[in-house]
Amino acid sequence: MSEVLTGAERKLDADDGGGGARGAGLVRFLLGKLGGALLSLAMVVVLGFLLFRMIPGDPVVTMTKGRPVSAEQLAELRERLGVDKPMWQQFIDYILGLFRGDLGTSYIFQRPVADLILERLWPTLLLVGVATALAIMLGLWFGIRAAWRRGSGFDKLSTGTALTLWSMPQFWMGLLLLIAFSGAFPSGGMRYPDTPPDFLSQSLDVAYHLVLPCLTLTAALYAQYLLVMRSSLLEEMNSEYLTTARAKGLRDDLVRRRHAVPNALLPTVTLVFLQFGMVLNGAVAVETVFSWPGLGLLTYEALSGPDLPVLQSTFLVLAAAVIFMNVLAELLYRILDPRVRAT
Amino acid sequence: MTAGETKPAESARSIAWARRRQAAGRVWREFATDRGGLIGLIVLAIIVLLAVLAPVLTNEADLNVTTTELPPRDPPSADAWLGTDRNGVSVLLLIWWGARVSLLIGFSAALLSVFIGTAVGILAAHFGGWPSTILMRLTDFFLVLPTLVLAIALAAVLPRGLGTIVLAIGVASWPTTARLVRAQTLTIEARPYIERSRALGAGHAHLIGKHVLPAVLPLVFANTTLVVANSIIAESTLSFLGVGDPSRPSWGGILQAAFSSGAATQGAWWYLLPPGIGIVIVVLCFTLCGRALETVLNPRLRGQG
Repeated sequence: MSEVLTGAERKLDADDGGGGARGAGLVRFLLGKLGGALLSLAMVVVLGFLLFRMIPGDPVVTMTKGRPVSAEQLAELRERLGVDKPMWQQFIDYILGLFRGDLGTSYIFQRPVADLILERLWPTLLLVGVATALAIMLGLWFGIRAAWRRGSGFDKLSTGTALTLWSMPQFWMGLLLLIAFSGAFPSGGMRYPDTPPDFLSQSLDVAYHLVLPCLTLTAALYAQYLLVMRSSLLEEMNSEYLTTARAKGLRDDLVRRRHAVPNALLPTVTLVFLQFGMVLNGAVAVETVFSWPGLGLLTYEALSGPDLPVLQSTFLVLAAAVIFMNVLAELLYRILDPRVRAT
Repeated sequence: MTAGETKPAESARSIAWARRRQAAGRVWREFATDRGGLIGLIVLAIIVLLAVLAPVLTNEADLNVTTTELPPRDPPSADAWLGTDRNGVSVLLLIWWGARVSLLIGFSAALLSVFIGTAVGILAAHFGGWPSTILMRLTDFFLVLPTLVLAIALAAVLPRGLGTIVLAIGVASWPTTARLVRAQTLTIEARPYIERSRALGAGHAHLIGKHVLPAVLPLVFANTTLVVANSIIAESTLSFLGVGDPSRPSWGGILQAAFSSGAATQGAWWYLLPPGIGIVIVVLCFTLCGRALETVLNPRLRGQG
């Protein structure tokens, strides 16, 4: 767990601030962060290309494995996929394609990858959004109370539960819920085919299917928020301003809510954004178990090919999402913490 | 220290070793006071021992799907205490042998990851300047990438096998170690004895090998136990997604076979529970050990527990 914690601190320590006029500092800060993010994005694009081109073996042979194909057919397929050109030309085509929103054609689905990604994006956003929101609420609620009554039975129970859930592979947690509730809730998919097409019944249907995957992801994620909130509040609890607040005669409840928690929230809030990669890892596993038709399931389906254009594109999209969230975390920290803003 | 003053004849090397032994003893005594860490260590020792002794204690031929005489997907019985899998092989036997694969990959991947991380961290901190900038830029980049997604991409393009999984996890997970080691190296290199050593003409290899590495290693060791836990989870997830070696199923591979044969919807709990419980126990033990070690080695964390 401390790994998560120090991760957040380390990232934020990198914030050098610099000095000089506040306005100029802010512009330089913004440019620096955006430049860094763009550089990371460029590296993801290059890595994505190299990773999927430098593979041992001919993609065309892999694709047609087990089927009788003539040499002419292979050559034609190579030309259609553009793998017969020299590497540098392939790279330029790939970059130009990215700018046009052309991610290639899926081997398995025989459709443009960009369409597939767009289609699968919304289910993932829905699942990840709802689960993260629930996990944050649960994690903060338990984390604050566990820290405030440190060493109590409640603290031990909630921290112990969180640690155990955190030690579970997320897909296994999904399997457990599947065994336990497969009668009460649908075991996979996003909607029944025979649901009436009106908005209300469709939404209810999706919500009904969302229960189990969302529960799994929430259970897998809330532990880290709990542990970080707990330890950052523990650090605040030694502060003198809390003694002052108590000396003023404030109720314990008010000291916690008005004084300690707002300060302790800072690292936790930014951690939510910094740890977005972990959320996506969880989404891949959970979507596979519950056949939730998102980007994670698409990755899993592409693995069976392997459908390289799809894998390459999901890699790009997911990595870009994480980079975007990291920039948000840096900006948010700057907005939320007046001490950082002042430097 | 006193040994050096009273017996000046003693060589510097033996003094250093005596001091290290003393320090190790102190760490062990403090570690032993942490009940969670101690329990974790004992349970781990038992599991590792059982896994190593699997060829002695069990009959590998019973894993053969063509010669098994047990009925497939049978609930727990006297013949198979944890029931049988889809081919009629005892689940208990499967997880016993699966433990070997899971632990082996967990340890190897963690070693690879920690090795890359430590090398990058020390080099970045020691040399500074533009090499450091490039290395840290690279570290930040890999830190940001979603680990599982990167590992999936690597495992997809490389030939199937245990080595691929080790490589995929190792390459995807080293950055946290690199940052940790770099920070620690920076604080150590700021100390006066390093400056003294440098003034006496010590080269880079001497400084890193004799001074930085010994000082960084305890922290690296504590970190490794946590990395092993993460690697085992990552391995199980990758195997579950179907990129593992099907001929030598790990705990994740067993779960993948169970899931794809519909064990979850048919309620074959004996097929799905034991491998997962195995993963949770091992991961929890490693986490407990790692946290206990960290508390001992990093005084800043003491009393926060």
